[in-house]
Amino acid sequence: MTLSEIDIKSEGQRGFGVDVPDDPHPGTARRSLSRNALIWRRLRSTPRFWIGACSLVFLILFATVGPLLSPYTIEDQDVLYFNKPPSIVHWFGTDTLGHDILVQTMVGLQKSLIIGFVAGPLATALAAVIGAFAGYVGGTADKVIAWFIDLMLVLPTFFILILLYPVYGGNWVIMMFYLALTGWMIMAQVIRSQTRSLRERDFVKAARYMGFNPWSVVTRHIIPNVASLLIIDATLGIGAMILAETTLSFFGFGVQPPDVSLGTLLENGQAAATTRSWLFIAPAGVLVWLMLSINLVGDALRDAVDPTSGVNRG
Amino acid sequence: MIIYLLRRILNYIILTAVASTLAYVLASTNLKPTADLEARRPPVPQASIDMVLDKLGVNPNVPLIERVWVWFTNVLHGDLGMTINNKHVWDAMAVRAGVSLQLLLIGSILGAIIGVILGIWGAVAQYKASDQVVTVVSYLVFATPTFVLGILSMIGATQFNHAIGTQLIVFSGQYSADTPPEFWAQLGDRLSHLLLPTLVLIVIGATSYSRYQRNSMLDVLGADYIRTARSKGLTRGRALIRHGVRVALIPMSTFFAYSFGTLIAGATLLELVFSWHGMGELAITSIQKQDVNAVAGSTLFVAVLILCSSTLSEILYAALDPRVRR
Amino acid sequence: MADLAGGRPLLEVKNLSVTFPQGESDVLAVRDISYTIHEGEFLGIVGESGSGKSVSSLAVMGLLPDTAEVTGEILFAGKSLLTMDDRALSRIRGSELAIVFQDPLSALTPVYTIGDQISEALRLHDRMLSKQAAEARAIELLKIVGIPDATRRVKAFPHEFSGGMRQRAMIAMAIANNPRLIIADEPTTALDVTIQAQILEVLEEAKRITGAAVSLITHDLGVVAGHADRVAVMYAGKMVEFGTVDQIFHEPTMPYTIGLLRSVPNIRTAGTERLVPLEGRPPSLAALPPGCPFAARCPIALPKCHEVEPTLQPHGRDIEHTSACHRADEIASGALTPPQIFPRPEALALGARAQGETVLTVENLVKHFPLMRGGVFRRRVGTVRAVDGVSFEVQAGRTLAIVGESGCGKTTTILELMELTAPQSGRIVLEGRDIATLSRGDRRELRSDIQIVFQDPAAAVDPRLPVGEVIAEPLLAQGVPRQAREQRVAELLDLVGLDASMAERYPHEFSGGQRQRIGIARGLATDPKVLVLDEPVSALDVSIQAGVINLLQDLRDKLGLSLVFVAHDLAVVRQIADDVAVMYLGRIVEHGPIADVFDDPKHPYTQALMSAAPIPDPVAERERSRVLLDGDLPSPAEQIDGCRFRTRCPLYKLLDEQAQARCVGVDPQLQPHGDVQVACHWVDRNTLVVG
Repeated sequence: MTLSEIDIKSEGQRGFGVDVPDDPHPGTARRSLSRNALIWRRLRSTPRFWIGACSLVFLILFATVGPLLSPYTIEDQDVLYFNKPPSIVHWFGTDTLGHDILVQTMVGLQKSLIIGFVAGPLATALAAVIGAFAGYVGGTADKVIAWFIDLMLVLPTFFILILLYPVYGGNWVIMMFYLALTGWMIMAQVIRSQTRSLRERDFVKAARYMGFNPWSVVTRHIIPNVASLLIIDATLGIGAMILAETTLSFFGFGVQPPDVSLGTLLENGQAAATTRSWLFIAPAGVLVWLMLSINLVGDALRDAVDPTSGVNRG
Repeated sequence: MIIYLLRRILNYIILTAVASTLAYVLASTNLKPTADLEARRPPVPQASIDMVLDKLGVNPNVPLIERVWVWFTNVLHGDLGMTINNKHVWDAMAVRAGVSLQLLLIGSILGAIIGVILGIWGAVAQYKASDQVVTVVSYLVFATPTFVLGILSMIGATQFNHAIGTQLIVFSGQYSADTPPEFWAQLGDRLSHLLLPTLVLIVIGATSYSRYQRNSMLDVLGADYIRTARSKGLTRGRALIRHGVRVALIPMSTFFAYSFGTLIAGATLLELVFSWHGMGELAITSIQKQDVNAVAGSTLFVAVLILCSSTLSEILYAALDPRVRR
Repeated sequence: MADLAGGRPLLEVKNLSVTFPQGESDVLAVRDISYTIHEGEFLGIVGESGSGKSVSSLAVMGLLPDTAEVTGEILFAGKSLLTMDDRALSRIRGSELAIVFQDPLSALTPVYTIGDQISEALRLHDRMLSKQAAEARAIELLKIVGIPDATRRVKAFPHEFSGGMRQRAMIAMAIANNPRLIIADEPTTALDVTIQAQILEVLEEAKRITGAAVSLITHDLGVVAGHADRVAVMYAGKMVEFGTVDQIFHEPTMPYTIGLLRSVPNIRTAGTERLVPLEGRPPSLAALPPGCPFAARCPIALPKCHEVEPTLQPHGRDIEHTSACHRADEIASGALTPPQIFPRPEALALGARAQGETVLTVENLVKHFPLMRGGVFRRRVGTVRAVDGVSFEVQAGRTLAIVGESGCGKTTTILELMELTAPQSGRIVLEGRDIATLSRGDRRELRSDIQIVFQDPAAAVDPRLPVGEVIAEPLLAQGVPRQAREQRVAELLDLVGLDASMAERYPHEFSGGQRQRIGIARGLATDPKVLVLDEPVSALDVSIQAGVINLLQDLRDKLGLSLVFVAHDLAVVRQIADDVAVMYLGRIVEHGPIADVFDDPKHPYTQALMSAAPIPDPVAERERSRVLLDGDLPSPAEQIDGCRFRTRCPLYKLLDEQAQARCVGVDPQLQPHGDVQVACHWVDRNTLVVG
């Protein structure tokens, strides 16, 4: 018998385990919470989550509704205001051609958000499928996939993407998919190792002994049990993809004019960064704010899913 | 143990070779080094274009497999081919490699050391004010792309110079051409150029290291063996330092390899932002100039750096964790 | 026995309470407990998980997490421990006060050698001690705790030690500075019975050498019965009974103690009568009801019991024997007897149950794993003979138990069975069909005839599916339509004693015992002929086990099921099995009807296993003599010529050279001896005393 009472860690108690039963009174006096409800309860009480989620919502509105409310479009040139710092007329100032920086930022953010929200979850989906498959099937297929992941990780993703630049050229839609194709490896490794340990868990063994085929076992038991990890990864992945997009665009390997993204705006603002800093500060500020919101939400999710994970792992 | 290490290193070497070759294939099939020549008016005769292509070893009429083979065997002989400016890639890289390594080595070593210390400190003083400050700063750093951080630091430095009224911090290039040739003046000039990009790289490295080390340390805080160490008569603090830190360092060896790739990418971007003539700049400009061999050469350089860091991380891992030694 | 009357006690715990603040409701882990330990005494603290037994001892050591709020007073040799700071406490810890933890793998720092860790303990309290002297002393200590080849082993890292050896090293560390009190916190829980017996012997030896008092924390009544002078019983953070070991086992006055004792099977008597289940579970420590915490499970609770919490008081002749129960006086006086409080369910239908046809035949089953090693090129360097020629039959309606230490291949055997694919070698015949000849479709169909119940109920069901779906899974795999599945789930829930309305709930809402019932219901879903059980009760609390065992017996008799029951707890095995097969290193060494094997074990290994199993009866424990095995189970990759057991065999050591030569030269096969088959050359010379 293994009454490893010292191993039972109670919620929120880091440090030496204490013999407190994890879930003391199920089914009776107070109906205990399901795992999802528990996660939601922890999430609800995390200020970080609310700060991040609210500002994320605000930024999405800023990027979608904002341009409709603005009196300017991105092509408009205000001949009275060339190169002016922020004022009551142009809140974020104007560039040398009299473009309104505020509306430029809104539209740029829109593109960056689209890229992030498509490429991030796409990369996670790839990671889930490849990782779960490799981990569950094992054997040669697993070895090949693991080696391929190692191969993909030899070069920093940034280098792979700029090598691929001539292939996708300036087409940001194709770039979005390349971002996903080069961003799944680390998570796939995590899912793979999780799956390997899940595969040895009794309930997965039981399903196998009942005669379910691998695909059913993976979809019924493996993916749902790593779902929380996937949600976290998809969230943080959005941020990572936006970061990749802005960096690529900044150096001329991403979104190309006349399309506008945060990256292209930063590129435009860079030259004058030390003299007319508003050109750079405005898109940079929005970018940092966006990343901060996404990371806050992602970290709050991670802490809610696994209270022992500590704060963000970076 | 030695054999285990050799096995791992051999695997890395194969990975590096395959990855570099694939990169060459990618560059060689997609880049058109003669685009400039072909666009000239009046048109350059096809024969001379072919001559250039042949000299670069990228004539599309030669089968790809043969081109790759020639490149690969040449690399084994230490010949990386020619750039489109008719220089040996090797020569072009030699000077730049030193510039990049200077930035990378200082950045990664100092970043790692500072990060590890901050991480341990943060974990032990969890939720105290100092820990909170480090946490907030790291959130901000994580949210900011490297190049933005670089440019922001330039804006900050400009303000600073303006405030004190002299150009104390210089941030363009590695050195100023007009510095007097005396040793101290040269050194001071180099240092003042080095300051900003290195600082940014250290901040980025230290942030990720400190987060990771802090987590690793937090995992260790609750470990049974810390309790055992205390039960032997060590105070909490000494148990954490003698038993905890030692174990918490183990995952850092893996993280070192992982983070080094990110750091290289970061350093590349910083070189461009700060107009350093390093390998990062070579990589970027050679892609823009469709210079196949230079692209392949700089990719190889990065891959070899990663190879070295992975090897180092394996050795560190084996040194830190007796469980992998056999 | 220690002198309880004279002198000041070594340790006095007065009104100790430990609270863990936790959001809305604090967890009251320990509530107002007081006890004493005298010099040289052996105190046993017994309780189930969550009873507060470990927390109270960690409080004595001052090793609770910082979040814990500790009140009361702890006096050790006259010094108040709770008022000391960490620095002052650390001078006492490890020198006068030592502790042995449960899991010796995680309790040792993985990156330092065993020797360094012992030396550290020595040099911390003796600054003058040189490094060399400390190492010499470490080797000496390792020899004392029975680690062979100590001079070499002192340089080994913890991961190079087996579980038993790590626990020995922990004890060596604890006794390094001749402590006055050793707290042993479940020191043998993670270990096999044979190793457990060795470790307890080492602990007794350590106690003899140092003269220290020992406080042994355990959930195992048998372990306490054999070693303790006095026993404290804890329940829901309270001490509910305290007395000498004989008082606790023979004249208990608290219903919880009584229920616990009656629910535990005894290897001597098991199988003849039903176990007494102790229904319900301990209350949540974060939401304690008013009154006695045991009242909800107590069959003789009065209205008062739900309102006023009883205090620990003497009720009988001896004022040292105390218990916390409002009706203890009635119990002590004999007005309420244990059988009245916890009546035994009706007796088992004894005698030979109808012996049906054979449903499962395993012949010479072999499962070998290649052992790979090598640097650049991996090559096969050996073979792990996990299962190496195992044969048995199971008849309809009968139970076969497979017992043995961990690593003996018992679990591999049944998992190989469950794969339902052609074995590496040998034959498996289920329902008259050789499974090597099955087609894909046949195999899927045949899966409904053999199902498995796993050890850990928490791991065996997918936490993300409602239990109705969990139970219906095997039916889904068989393609049973939805309507029929739902109906069957309701039947099954009823069958295992759960409410049919619970199908909607999720596994985490159930207790361990209930979850194991869900696992059993799932196993029965397809109405199998054979149910394979892998340690089905070993992850459950003692008081919960009885109910699950009773359920399995009922189901077997009601449904005519055949059970293949893998377990290491011999008392549980005796309670439920008809036949038993004892496995050692991939082979069956003794096989026969349970009563024959257990009453008169013929193989020296069976004898050693039997004698290592603790008996929850202090008198029986004192009388028995033990057959202790040397060392650990060898690795199944090791090549041992002749009899595999001879490296640890107590009989082998007594044999003359000629006889030994036969053990070395000839691998013994199973030979019939009466109804029992034994794989030993010298059954007739085996005169070892069996406890």
